Amino acid sequence: MIVRLVQRIAVLLASLVVCSVLVFAFMAVLPGDPARVALGVSASDSAVAQLRTEFGLDRPLVAQYFSWIHGLVTFDPGNSYISHMPIGPQLADRLLVTLWLVGTGMVIACILAIPMGTIMAVRHRKPSGLMLSAVSQIGVAVPAFLAGILMITVFAVGLGWLPANGWTPPVQDPVLFLKQLVMPALSLGIVQAAVLTRYVRSAVLDVLREDYLRTARAKGLRPTQALLRHGLRNASVPVVTVLALQLATLLVGSVVIERVFVIPGLGSLLLDSVAGRDLTMVQDVVMIIAIAVLLVNFLVDMVYLLIDPRLRVGAS
Amino acid sequence: MRHHTPPARRARTIAATLTCLLLTACSAGSLAAGGSIGDPETTLSIGLTAEPANLDFTKTEGAAIPQALLYNVYENLVKLDQSGRIEPGLATSWSRSKDRKTYTFHLVKDARFSNGARFTAADAKFSIERVASGWTVAQKSQMGVVDTVRAVAPDELKVTLKTPSNDWLYRMTTRIGAMFSRTGVQKLATEPVGTGPYVVKRWNRGDSITLARRADYWGRAPHFKTVALKYFKDPTALNNALLTGTINVIGAMQSPDSLYRFENNPKYKVIEGSTNGEVLLSLNNGSGPLRNPQARQAVRHAIDHKALLDTCWAGRGKLIGSMVPPTDPWYQDLTDLYPYDRDKARKLLKESGEAGRTLRLRIPTLPYAVACGTVVKSQLEQAGFKVRLDQLEFPATWLTTVFKNADYDMSIISHAEPRDIQAVFGSKTYYTRYNSPEFRALLKKADEGTQEQQVTSMRAAARLLSKDAAADWLFLLPNLMVADADITGLPKNSISESLDLTGLGRS
Repeated sequence: MIVRLVQRIAVLLASLVVCSVLVFAFMAVLPGDPARVALGVSASDSAVAQLRTEFGLDRPLVAQYFSWIHGLVTFDPGNSYISHMPIGPQLADRLLVTLWLVGTGMVIACILAIPMGTIMAVRHRKPSGLMLSAVSQIGVAVPAFLAGILMITVFAVGLGWLPANGWTPPVQDPVLFLKQLVMPALSLGIVQAAVLTRYVRSAVLDVLREDYLRTARAKGLRPTQALLRHGLRNASVPVVTVLALQLATLLVGSVVIERVFVIPGLGSLLLDSVAGRDLTMVQDVVMIIAIAVLLVNFLVDMVYLLIDPRLRVGAS
Repeated sequence: MRHHTPPARRARTIAATLTCLLLTACSAGSLAAGGSIGDPETTLSIGLTAEPANLDFTKTEGAAIPQALLYNVYENLVKLDQSGRIEPGLATSWSRSKDRKTYTFHLVKDARFSNGARFTAADAKFSIERVASGWTVAQKSQMGVVDTVRAVAPDELKVTLKTPSNDWLYRMTTRIGAMFSRTGVQKLATEPVGTGPYVVKRWNRGDSITLARRADYWGRAPHFKTVALKYFKDPTALNNALLTGTINVIGAMQSPDSLYRFENNPKYKVIEGSTNGEVLLSLNNGSGPLRNPQARQAVRHAIDHKALLDTCWAGRGKLIGSMVPPTDPWYQDLTDLYPYDRDKARKLLKESGEAGRTLRLRIPTLPYAVACGTVVKSQLEQAGFKVRLDQLEFPATWLTTVFKNADYDMSIISHAEPRDIQAVFGSKTYYTRYNSPEFRALLKKADEGTQEQQVTSMRAAARLLSKDAAADWLFLLPNLMVADADITGLPKNSISESLDLTGLGRS
């Protein structure tokens, strides 16, 4: 167990280092001079040169890399190239917004997918199961942003039930916050649910064919009881994996959804910063997303060990 | 099975989550439509496209900060009215000496900054002198003509220029003329302190800036108690926000094609006015095929401006044929200098000897440029040009490639600065690479002469520029605003740097 844990942590750290080098390298080769962008169309060359010095853009790349990493590790990422404002508080604000969005999307996906997938598996030969299958197929084919645009057209512009876009922090106006959260979270959640449903279905189907379920039923349990008591736990291992992988998709999907619904999260910050060549900001946002994805994968590994004792034996 | 979760607990968890979700849905359904905050009589929301990076326009470029703050939070000694005339601001009146070098301003007596300090001539002196010492943006050079500033009395200010300049007083209506408090410039990026009728109350980054009306404003109090400026990158989202009541006004319409959704609806009103945004088909006068005047003239004749405007900006906008918008006193319609004539274009192109060369039309990824780029390409190709269209990411790649390195033959960009004819064509190192001593002499004469001489010389300069085919002026961007039908006092023309909120009301 301990060996396994140490191994995993080492992999996590190595991945982080590789990620940071890649992110930095990509930023370095991106065309467009941040100082020129910051100073606009009428700036003189000397002003641009001065700002480059101020940003440290004239230093060797290796030095720039290490000062960036130092800023990240000490939680002091410095100031933005464009706004000259501290990056840290902005990142924290935006991350919170995205966490709300992705978290709610994930919860919605689970609530929809787990029962639906189970029903589809149990009734996989019956018309109701087949119909649910077809519905989930449609869901898989629809990208989140399209779901979002459709929802805006129907529920905001057409029926006028919900605001079409915008974001208000929950402390400022909780009711408006919820109204604005519903559609973006649903568009992320429904599409994820469609994908997840199919994995739940196949996982439960696999379990249904297992001997121990037959044994359980032979002992007098009804099929549903047998499934709930003995089946779902085993089916959850592959589902948890998919759930974790989906989190990465959700984060990426939120970049687009934030643009559609005009939500000031990490995604829109990333897009704006790329356009403005706010390089440190871009690097920091991409690193945060990378850290989130790697961390979740790490945690999934840990959860495996808890759910399935066989893995623990295999490890040591 | 040590880690067994009892079904009862799982059920409880699911039930709790479902309850939360239901509550969310219920509260969403039980409320009125839209997301407007507050009482409509005292609150207004305006949708805009570019959010400020911070609130300090003395150190940060861009039109977004003065758009939000100038005339609303900060005030100038003089301001620009809707027809482009200079009118009193914090100065009730002003006079100019015979040699046209010294201005005497008489200031209002009871203005106070939002930090409580009184506004006096000493603050005006401080603000004008601070442009040279404390500002970093390019506009600061427009204050370079100032020689001395004296606070004669608390309500009297004398400014002496090095040479006479008509342009200087005009520039005092822009951001460089904003009045700052001597005790209120420490945190300009987050806490602006001005004498204006509004203060910045809240800034939800990436979403909105909320301005609140001051109780102790010296002048006439504006109608709305709070005004929220909401920022949208996507034109569709902006339209939807108005359609669903999240905002009351679209400050600058980015998709004229979608105006039909508002035009025949009595709930809304559409306002079309003028801006300073000349959409330029900029030509590289310094190198490449378009260094040849005949080739440039061929370009001018090859473009059917009316058809182009109809196709790429829904026919909204004005054809101008020069670098002067109709709201400047020396405006003249120069569209007939190079009328659309495809045969003449072919002939000129052939005579120029540049016919076989490919022109690189390198446009920025901006809505109007992308919309017009393909039309320009096809019109030029019909006149015998070979054109390659490149889209360059804006701002970063476009700025480096076209603007800094002048590595282009043609581009499309709106030059939205007020009175920017000198900035864009007055220097041979600017990306247009236009180099005409005669043109520069006319501009100088215009700046230093009397007001009549200014008008005459500016007209001559604009005509010379257009005759030289230094660029092609595709059209002037319209100021398209859409608002709830009962909103009054919307500024028809967007010609100053400010989105002036002080005259807005509800009928």
